[in-house]
Amino acid sequence: MRLGLPVASLVVAGLLFGLFILAVGRDPLAVYALIWRGGFGSGFAWQNTLSRASPIILTALAVAIPARMGLIQIGGEGALALGGLAASLTGIAAGSGSPVATQALMLIASMAAGGAWIAAVGALKHYRGVNETISSLLLAYIAIALFNHLVEGPFKDPGSLNKPSTRPLDAAVMIGSIPGLDVHWGLAAGVVLCLLAGFVLKHTRYGFALDTIGANPRVALLAGLPVGPAIVAGCFAGGAAAGLAGGFEVAAVNGNANTSLIVGYGYTGILVAFVARHQPLAILPVALLFGGIGASSGLLQRRLDLPDATVLVLQGVAFLVILAADPVAEIVGNRLRRSAA
Amino acid sequence: MTDLGLWGIPIAMLGGALRVSVPFLFVSLGECITERSGRINLGLEGVLVFGAMAGYAMSYKTGNAWLGIVAAALAGTALGLLHGLLCSLRRVNDIAIGIALMLFGLGLAFFFGKPYVQPKAPMLPDIALGGWSPWPAVRAALDVSPLLLIGIVAGFALNYAFRSTRWGLHVRVVGDSADAARALGLHVNRIRIFATAIGGGFAGVGGSFLSLAYPGSWNEALSSGQGLMAIALVIFARWRPLACLGAAFLFGGAGAIGPSLQAAGISSGYYLFNAAPYVLTLGLLIATSSPRRKLAGAPGELGRQT
Repeated sequence: MRLGLPVASLVVAGLLFGLFILAVGRDPLAVYALIWRGGFGSGFAWQNTLSRASPIILTALAVAIPARMGLIQIGGEGALALGGLAASLTGIAAGSGSPVATQALMLIASMAAGGAWIAAVGALKHYRGVNETISSLLLAYIAIALFNHLVEGPFKDPGSLNKPSTRPLDAAVMIGSIPGLDVHWGLAAGVVLCLLAGFVLKHTRYGFALDTIGANPRVALLAGLPVGPAIVAGCFAGGAAAGLAGGFEVAAVNGNANTSLIVGYGYTGILVAFVARHQPLAILPVALLFGGIGASSGLLQRRLDLPDATVLVLQGVAFLVILAADPVAEIVGNRLRRSAA
Repeated sequence: MTDLGLWGIPIAMLGGALRVSVPFLFVSLGECITERSGRINLGLEGVLVFGAMAGYAMSYKTGNAWLGIVAAALAGTALGLLHGLLCSLRRVNDIAIGIALMLFGLGLAFFFGKPYVQPKAPMLPDIALGGWSPWPAVRAALDVSPLLLIGIVAGFALNYAFRSTRWGLHVRVVGDSADAARALGLHVNRIRIFATAIGGGFAGVGGSFLSLAYPGSWNEALSSGQGLMAIALVIFARWRPLACLGAAFLFGGAGAIGPSLQAAGISSGYYLFNAAPYVLTLGLLIATSSPRRKLAGAPGELGRQT
């Protein structure tokens, strides 16, 4: 049953998307086949899918951890951008004397930047009562403005004319790929952090404290839990994950910070976290699925001449159906039971 | 006497603000209606862009920009209706549905909008309010879109509706206390679905301003997040339609500072000026929030899980 409903809602989403494809005069079966091939049908497809999944895993964690405490923060896009910028600036400042040390510093800087940004959301919520959803959205917008200002102003590489960027990192300090997979280490970081978060949330006192705060903050306070510090720490952890996503995009993929960081991973992460019901372990398959759908976009464009937004439609339909699946299943279940009785 | 010297900058800014603020005005009025009924629609960005595409496509097909505006309103209403219906299911988070709707709306807009990037659709003509002025700069600044005037009238009409009509009262009661509304015999979900659908229609019209008036073209980078920021505008306006007019003008003005400074040769700080209203909104939130009570003016049901 626990797996049945998500699978059933994916089938429904697929059918609705098929009707859409039919309605615009195309062959749904051919589209399904290409999505499968482009996302999961070859080594190259898997490599593309996994590279797309890794920032989504991390931005989903950024939503899932605070959500366990009842905080719906949606500022992952901003934390990711600042994390990427921090990694780039740290990498340039640290130089290539000791590549491993520089790489470590870049990733730490990206986590600190993203973490601080979302920790502020948690602190504003707990100590000032500012709604976290709205403050995180505003802070994301402010972060992206700051990012654009710094990338096009003080830290612009004079050589980057068409697309203002920070100076490129030295090739020696770029983070490489996981051996045998040809996917950068961000994927491993995402998987490890999901496993770690899953373990901490389920088996430690800190995880229990977060769930207690999420269930009822007043009870948590009465029980003597340090609610404020726990909220700030949880938000920091989430923001650090989103910052790390930006750090890897810069230090392992792009080599510099520019607007190609701001492509909506933060928003996809929010939906992935909701679909995974804020369970870190469930984030992994969901992120893989949506990474795969995204990866098939190029093939759909080349083979069927469909707009690249086709996969955006499928993702939108899938998210809407999955989010609505639970209560709909409940209503249908009740009807069935009533008619059987 | 055609050169205004340094006065050219504030006048150009005024003209810019009048243009840039129109989409802000429509999304904020739309979000205001939705939020007054007790729900948040975070998906207005997708609704706005879908409305922009639908309006442009209709204007191109029929040769009539006004039919484009109607199409945008209907397209936005349809997406708003979808949000309203889905959020009426129990235990569905309106924030998550909003973001999913944003993706869905953007996806639909880019999917169906691809063939319309190249062709030129008829634009909505401006109304010249500056004919009295001898200065061309003033005349240019006061060439306003009819949508601006419609938006201002809509703001006053909504203000009146919330204060003095049965319909407005129903929306307010539903937004402040679902229990009280039920006790009065109101259909809570029906009113919220209606309010969200109308809110979507407003956002659709705001989008059609982008494609049919200013900047007046259709492409995938048309919106710069106006729909996403509807939430901030409504907080800034304290959920009051008349204050939405002011908030939209302020946000639009901040957006117009950058280009007019650029025209005057100052090019740095563009993004920071754009972000100024968001800093201001956040500052306002921090200053007026309290851990112990809701924001003054906020509908009581807002953000409550059902």
